[in-house]
Amino acid sequence: MTYQSQSVAKPYFIAAIGLFIGQILFGVILGLQYVVGDFMFPEIPFNVARMVHTNLLIVWLLFGFMGSAYYLIPEESETELWSPALALLMFWIFLVAGAATILGYLLVPYATLAEITMNDLLPTMGREFLEQPTVTKIGIVIVALAFLLNIGMTLLKGRKTAVSLVMFIGLVGLAVFFLFSFYNPENLVKDKYYWWFVVHLWVEGVWELIMGAILAFVLIKTTGVDREVIEKWLYVIIAMALISGLIGTGHHFYWIGTPEYWQWWGSIFSAMEPIPFFMMTIFAFNMVNRRRRNHPNQAAVLWALGTSVMAFLGAGVWGFLHTLAPVNYYTHGTQITAAHGHMAFYGAYVMIVLTMISYAMPLLRGRTQANSNKSQVVEMWSFWLMTVSMVFITLFLTGAGVLQTYMQRYTETPMSFMEVQDKIAIFYWLREGAGVVFLIGLLLYVSSFFIGQDEPEATVPE
Amino acid sequence: MSETFTKSMARNIFYGGSVFFFLLLLALTFDTNSALPELDNRQNLTEQVAHGKKVWETNNCIGCHTLLGEGAYFAPELGNVYKRFGNSTDAIKGFIMSRPKDGIPGRRSMPQFNLNAEELEAVAQFLKYASEINTQNWPPNIQG
Repeated sequence: MTYQSQSVAKPYFIAAIGLFIGQILFGVILGLQYVVGDFMFPEIPFNVARMVHTNLLIVWLLFGFMGSAYYLIPEESETELWSPALALLMFWIFLVAGAATILGYLLVPYATLAEITMNDLLPTMGREFLEQPTVTKIGIVIVALAFLLNIGMTLLKGRKTAVSLVMFIGLVGLAVFFLFSFYNPENLVKDKYYWWFVVHLWVEGVWELIMGAILAFVLIKTTGVDREVIEKWLYVIIAMALISGLIGTGHHFYWIGTPEYWQWWGSIFSAMEPIPFFMMTIFAFNMVNRRRRNHPNQAAVLWALGTSVMAFLGAGVWGFLHTLAPVNYYTHGTQITAAHGHMAFYGAYVMIVLTMISYAMPLLRGRTQANSNKSQVVEMWSFWLMTVSMVFITLFLTGAGVLQTYMQRYTETPMSFMEVQDKIAIFYWLREGAGVVFLIGLLLYVSSFFIGQDEPEATVPE
Repeated sequence: MSETFTKSMARNIFYGGSVFFFLLLLALTFDTNSALPELDNRQNLTEQVAHGKKVWETNNCIGCHTLLGEGAYFAPELGNVYKRFGNSTDAIKGFIMSRPKDGIPGRRSMPQFNLNAEELEAVAQFLKYASEINTQNWPPNIQG
């Protein structure tokens, strides 16, 4: 840690991991509800548990992105953060608002929550991933503005690098596109169309800039490869991300009441969306192979390589699997989508945040370069447990999805949704098993923060 | 990457490419908006349908169901439920009303939302309106 104010990143990372645990616990509940339909019913019905699962994911990733920015921007800018106090204040506001929202989901019926938060004044609730009460959404905007001000002022007074600039553009885009969540027209087709301006332009747009910037930062630090080389790669990757991803939004506009031409635009451009992810894989492995030094934090390097591979598989390959309109006609809204969603989010965004935490947390906790060998070994075990179990979750859901697509959509004698669900239950049981292993991996990950803390730092492997 | 391809060239491709394709997205969005009246069944978007959409939203129906293929994958597609239930809003209302409060042992069951008569009619009309949107012949069959 070069600048004192980088330490504000620490509470952000701790909160991120805490909420991550909650997310996975609810994931395990959901997985069980798929096969034991009345599990926790009617206290925590599926829709509530799912809302908690997905909203916790979004909130903890935002904590992770903000923490990453608070760590990365001062170091890149070679100056202290503009206002550490503002960053801490926003941390508490965001945490309290987030926790209150999740408790609201769990403690009162959703319709009651809508009523007491006065959703009628500006109805924005009840749309997938944007379930937060309108007042929470306004809170998110306030936190985001204060955050961008803080980061922007830091950037202005310090050194401008490509890494920090790309990170900033990504974060500004995140805040700007979130504003579409306040637009909820009565016309269902328009509602759906602009809903994707938040969801798609986040995860298949500006979030890729954030991911690219964090990956570039960690690679600069851990490989010692010349910044010019890394930043050139970064620009090419994010250029491809937006060139393919902006019009790639069209792959959501095939069947929601929008014109037929989107089947062409969406298919062609979204078919190119794997390219930036593939380049990220090549980039990460290339930089590590050309390293000028061996960094003692081998766990961070593992996460960096891992995220590049898993993002390509999850977002790239599993996205391509069902992105062409003639295929999507049959797979749209099946377990194929769920399979893709799980691996893409884990591979790209969970793992990039864990990469940053893995690199920065030892330094934030007073190490000079890395954790002890013992701690890193546990962390790397957790990497493999979580990553391999996520591969299996994805494979099982894909199996379920292929069968569902065939039995419910493709065959001459289609069966009803619930009949098909019964027939593919075995895949849901297997997925639940993999989910439990993921949870074990996560607990191991958390334990790595408490193991080997009294031992000396790992040394550079020869 | 070779030495002749410089960082500033890469940066220019990023800025130029992003701006160009963002403008293209805006242009296509503009065109989509002018094509929508033919497709989105707005002639049937009544006050009641709008109220139904709000009932749909404030009970978080999307947390289990898909609507035009988007949402959660735990319960059946509802974009075409009006047609699947024999073009009957009464059948939709009857189903929603009849959900057991404590669920069905061992099986998935829709919660009992205790909707009043007005809300029930509104949400059923909303689902009827949704089923008449031109979705380019999706879903492939009546099972959704």
